Amino acid sequence: MSVLMQEMGERALRLGVPFSVQLDLTYRCNEQCVHCYLDHDDHGEMTTVEIKRLLKEMAEAGVFILTLSGGEIFMRKDFFEILEYARELTFCIKLKTNAVLIREAQAARLRDLGVESIQVSIYSGRPEGHDAITKVAGSFRRSVAAIRFLRAQGLKVVIANVLMTENMRDHHGVRVLADELGVKYTLDPTITPMMDGDRSILDLKAGVSELHTLFRDEAYISNVDEFCAPPPAPDADSMNSLPCSAGHTACYVSPYGEFYPCVQFPLSCGNVRQQRFIDIWRNSEQLKEIRSIRLRDLSSCSQCAHGSTCTRCPGLAFMEGNMRGPSTADCEKSFARTGIPSKNLLAKKETASPPPRQLVQIQIVPAITGSRLSGIGVPASAVAS
Amino acid sequence: MSKKVYVARSPRIAARMLGEEMLVMSAQGSTLFTLNPTATVLWQAADGATPLDEIVESRICSEFEVKPEEAMRDAEALAADLAKHGILLISEEPIPSKSPVQEQHRP
Repeated sequence: MSVLMQEMGERALRLGVPFSVQLDLTYRCNEQCVHCYLDHDDHGEMTTVEIKRLLKEMAEAGVFILTLSGGEIFMRKDFFEILEYARELTFCIKLKTNAVLIREAQAARLRDLGVESIQVSIYSGRPEGHDAITKVAGSFRRSVAAIRFLRAQGLKVVIANVLMTENMRDHHGVRVLADELGVKYTLDPTITPMMDGDRSILDLKAGVSELHTLFRDEAYISNVDEFCAPPPAPDADSMNSLPCSAGHTACYVSPYGEFYPCVQFPLSCGNVRQQRFIDIWRNSEQLKEIRSIRLRDLSSCSQCAHGSTCTRCPGLAFMEGNMRGPSTADCEKSFARTGIPSKNLLAKKETASPPPRQLVQIQIVPAITGSRLSGIGVPASAVAS
Repeated sequence: MSKKVYVARSPRIAARMLGEEMLVMSAQGSTLFTLNPTATVLWQAADGATPLDEIVESRICSEFEVKPEEAMRDAEALAADLAKHGILLISEEPIPSKSPVQEQHRP
């Protein structure tokens, strides 16, 4: 991020302006990625008219950076109509797409409309590796062809790779591909639980040992010693710092109009179909609560050695059950980085340890009749010892 | 008689008022600029149809305490600078609007 952009973000924070918004136009998708957190059925997406009205309200509220994402944005037949209107309102537009539906004509139109950047998901440098994750044969070939079309138009493209157990050995290949295509490359080891709370896809998450290796790879980390150094003790300034920009200068709107602090923070703050965007932004009780939280207010993290340097995501913490609690995935990253366990990980370890034998519990068993024992399903061996 | 100069906002920029300043990002190189109040007035008035000298007279001299000759010199230099960064288009003919940038929203 440029210094000027950072300054503008700070000014937006002082002025209470929603500087950056992600709007998901649809949850429908033409890929079926193994790690995806979305329900791809259409449960009543906003219409073109509703989205245009929302964009007008966002412009009036001062939104500058608008990220259009999904699902797959090109699944909407009215995508270019929406994009054209958004550009009339002079948003800085970033797109997130799998690019499967982008050919020369679409790339040229994106260029004409002055889109700032296009992020394309690529999960492997090998066609079979990528297609195994998207579950669509030929998706790698089409996405890579699309990146070439976009580059031929002079557009800025970023390849985004999600690191997980399925593609652990493939990330170097994606980096090589990005270099060959002349595009930027980002690698993110975050797996997000399903929006309905189902956490089973977290089984795909990279383990601590894999993260440990990744965080020491100079191809990704410019200064490994600094990155992996033990954290400095949190000072007064860091205790008063904000957890992240979610709800402060940024927010998210779903295809159904639900307003959340962030795409990764499914705490509903209102619905833009029922309320004006700016009214939710200014008056939502949920957002007011989020804005009141400082590091010092976090139950475990305020006492943790990683407090001032951790990348704790309040949305992931919320999905674990407490927006003021720790995000275990980020605790694991801090541990993999420094070798120092977080307060949360230490507490989990203590809880997970087998309890010492409580002989006194066994001593009371003889006072219970045999029939009652069988009635509560305690095996006879437990009594015998 | 000197030729008229017309200025128009580039259709390939993003822009928004943030406080008292106009934020402008050029798609060309994703470069971010902030415009001061005078530059903001000029940029907002750059509709491709109004000559620069009329913008200076009607918008800049009326809003800022500045002599017309001095304002015109500054406006020409500013327009050239903005054009160099792809933010403004300059022509000796009226510039038809490609992308209808209707208004700049102020929060």
